[in-house]
Amino acid sequence: MVNLPRWQRFLIVIIMAFGVFFAFPNSQYSKVEKANDAIARIEIDKAEAGDETLSTTWPSWLSNRLVNLGLDLRGGVHVLVQVEKDQVYNERYDEFWGTIRDALRDNRDRFGSVRREATDAAIRVKIANASELQGALEKIQETASDLGATEYSFAINDGGIDIHLTDAAKSQIDELTMARSLEIVRRRIDAAGTKEPTIQRVGEDRVSIDVPGFGSVEEVMELLGKTAKLTLHEVLELTNDQTMRVGFDELLLPSVDGSYYRLDKAAVVSGDSIVDASLGYDQNGLPAVNFRLNTEGAKKFGDFTSTHINEPFAIVLDEEVLSAPNIQSYIPGGQAIISGNFSVEEATNLAVLLRSGALPAPLTVLEQSVVGPDLGQDSVDAGRMAAMIALALVALYMLWVYRAFGVFANISLFFNMILIVAGLSIIGSTLTLPGIAGIVLTIGMAVDANVLIFERIREEYAAKPVLIRAIDQGFARALSSILDGNVTTLIAAAVLYFFGAGPVRGFAITLMIGIVTSVFTAVYGTRLLMVLYLDWRKPKDLGY
Amino acid sequence: MQKLFSTKTQIPFMSMAKWCVRVSAILVIVSIALFLIKGLNYGIDFRGGTEIKIEVSETISVADVREQVSNIVAGEVSVITESGADAGKQGMKIRIAADGAEAAMSEDAITAVKSELTNKIEGSEVRGVTSIGGAVSSELVQKGIMAIGLTLIAIGIYIWLRFEWQFSMGAIVALFHDVSLTIGIFSLLGMTFDLSIVAAILAIIGYSLNDTVVVYDRIREKLSMSKSEDVDIVINRGINETLRRTAMTSLTTLLAIAALYVFGGSELRGFSFAMLWGVCVGTYSSIFIASPILTYFGLDRGDKPKSTTKFADIDA
Repeated sequence: MVNLPRWQRFLIVIIMAFGVFFAFPNSQYSKVEKANDAIARIEIDKAEAGDETLSTTWPSWLSNRLVNLGLDLRGGVHVLVQVEKDQVYNERYDEFWGTIRDALRDNRDRFGSVRREATDAAIRVKIANASELQGALEKIQETASDLGATEYSFAINDGGIDIHLTDAAKSQIDELTMARSLEIVRRRIDAAGTKEPTIQRVGEDRVSIDVPGFGSVEEVMELLGKTAKLTLHEVLELTNDQTMRVGFDELLLPSVDGSYYRLDKAAVVSGDSIVDASLGYDQNGLPAVNFRLNTEGAKKFGDFTSTHINEPFAIVLDEEVLSAPNIQSYIPGGQAIISGNFSVEEATNLAVLLRSGALPAPLTVLEQSVVGPDLGQDSVDAGRMAAMIALALVALYMLWVYRAFGVFANISLFFNMILIVAGLSIIGSTLTLPGIAGIVLTIGMAVDANVLIFERIREEYAAKPVLIRAIDQGFARALSSILDGNVTTLIAAAVLYFFGAGPVRGFAITLMIGIVTSVFTAVYGTRLLMVLYLDWRKPKDLGY
Repeated sequence: MQKLFSTKTQIPFMSMAKWCVRVSAILVIVSIALFLIKGLNYGIDFRGGTEIKIEVSETISVADVREQVSNIVAGEVSVITESGADAGKQGMKIRIAADGAEAAMSEDAITAVKSELTNKIEGSEVRGVTSIGGAVSSELVQKGIMAIGLTLIAIGIYIWLRFEWQFSMGAIVALFHDVSLTIGIFSLLGMTFDLSIVAAILAIIGYSLNDTVVVYDRIREKLSMSKSEDVDIVINRGINETLRRTAMTSLTTLLAIAALYVFGGSELRGFSFAMLWGVCVGTYSSIFIASPILTYFGLDRGDKPKSTTKFADIDA
């Protein structure tokens, strides 16, 4: 007797029921999505009119998980950016150089003139009085330890002192840079009020940003394009000569009004110290940005202003001098105003950028993709059409060849589809266009397990026409082939998942889920149906 | 159909295979030569660049669009038509080469192209833009090659563990054949080779292997049952006995992919074409290459029947 223990029958039915439970919300996609959105808004206290009623349109005892549609299906913007983290090292070097230069110059009589020699990503210090090199090294180390700066390594090399960030310090800086970049990107995108952006770190130094919806493309790019690095510098000279050669610790930057400024490279304070920024107006009533510095920044700025009264200082945003006002008097509170021919909108934007903080390093766009909602909808429609037709063709063909058994295979195939959708909903993975291709491919390949079983049953029946025995043997003997065949496909899909990028991963996921569910439905689902059929009709022969 | 592949077929596959192996060897060499000489028409995922999908009035020609875009961008511009547009309109895909830049095309440049199109081309509407920089695309090439190589190795090891090493060699040879021929046809027809085609190749590997393993399973079973018979005869019987299943599964898979090719939209056309071709090639290779070639590797007679029934017993 082809038996199937009661607990196994029960388990199969339970799993199928689970599948239906989790797949069902997807049949009411927009209704569930609206209800979910309304609930999400209520949770963060940003409920809109009608959200209370919307949130109850989908019963809470039902699953509200949906298959995420990828950007290629729902339309939206995808951007992959690289964080230029090496630039952060250079900033650290520049800042540290400013400190040790001052320390060494205080002992000018002993060391002679001090300069920094150009090197790749490091500080190389040269002093005029070479015999005091060892003394200079000790002075630098002393300065570093006073500052608590343990992240540098020092060495005397070839008549100079080389200062490097240690590898440990570099990886620590990298982590901080990435964490901060992610945080800032998230704040900026959130500030733009876009819907459910996905922002995640990819690999060592990349950030992937997915924003559904089409309207916000330019806005997203505008927000990411600016580093919003604000620094205040001592002005050394105002000039019109843009080809002027400047010293190693100086900067020549253009100003918004077309002139050029020669500046001290080491910043007095940077945007990191800004605690608040808002739209304001300057003394001429023009739009400007008010900002406030934290205690440390305020102290540094205060010290600087007290020693540079009646000298100009430059407000630099992303390598451009916005303005260079004269210091009228000592400024103790750390409050200042940036003016620079802004429109109200520009000033508001700048305030938002300064408030969310500067990106620690510039971002380079490596990849960007914009899918219009029409294109996405067309893809969904085409994919759905292809899946339905594939399902119909395969089902009809199975029915024609295997008759009654074909019905079982088709019911299993149908449940297989339900389980795939349920699986995608439960793990919350994203369905992409290649993912749809994976599902359609699964439709064709899923019946393979049933074909193997049915063919084996046919062989066994031909050898010895005892139906029950043939079915039993057919299932048992086909299993080895089914497992081998599917494990190998699973290997290919898994490799694709780990190496694939973006949408192709979606294909690998649906393929993997499809392989697992199809083995389950084809082996156990079909078997249950057959057992029930044999009990019910007690057929005398195979029928195909 | 049912008659054609009756359980009792006695097709002499082994003698046919001698010719098939030679023909296949030539086809593989031709494919590799095509790949080396003519190369592949890589999509922007692999060589970097920008792709803009637009819809324009039916009266606009591809040359018009190419000229307009060429006027304002530096890279080489190519334009092809696509099906599936609304009535009275036609779809086009504009591809702008990256010129080796690490980063993607700048937003300003893309905006410039978009406004040029909207202003100068009648009824044009931008439906989607994708831009990939050289840094990403060269990585994708490496990853693609690694993925295919790793899959072949992992599968070789799995088959080796479950069968004998000869089966593993046979399967790898057949898969190499399938991959080469798929790359060959893309080179020959000059079709766009992008990331989705790599996905298709991996799916083809999975499919072809699934097919091969089923035949192998049967051959192993037959080998351990009859120790006196000639290996060739046993292999031939194994192929014949699984022929119905091979044909059924290929047909159902082809039906599904054909539906995808015809109705799945232009985005999936390259992928489904590769799959259609790959399933045919893969089915052929598991019958005419993977199994007959076992004799060349000096297959052991089943003196040491490895876990033939290891899994089969579980549910018996």
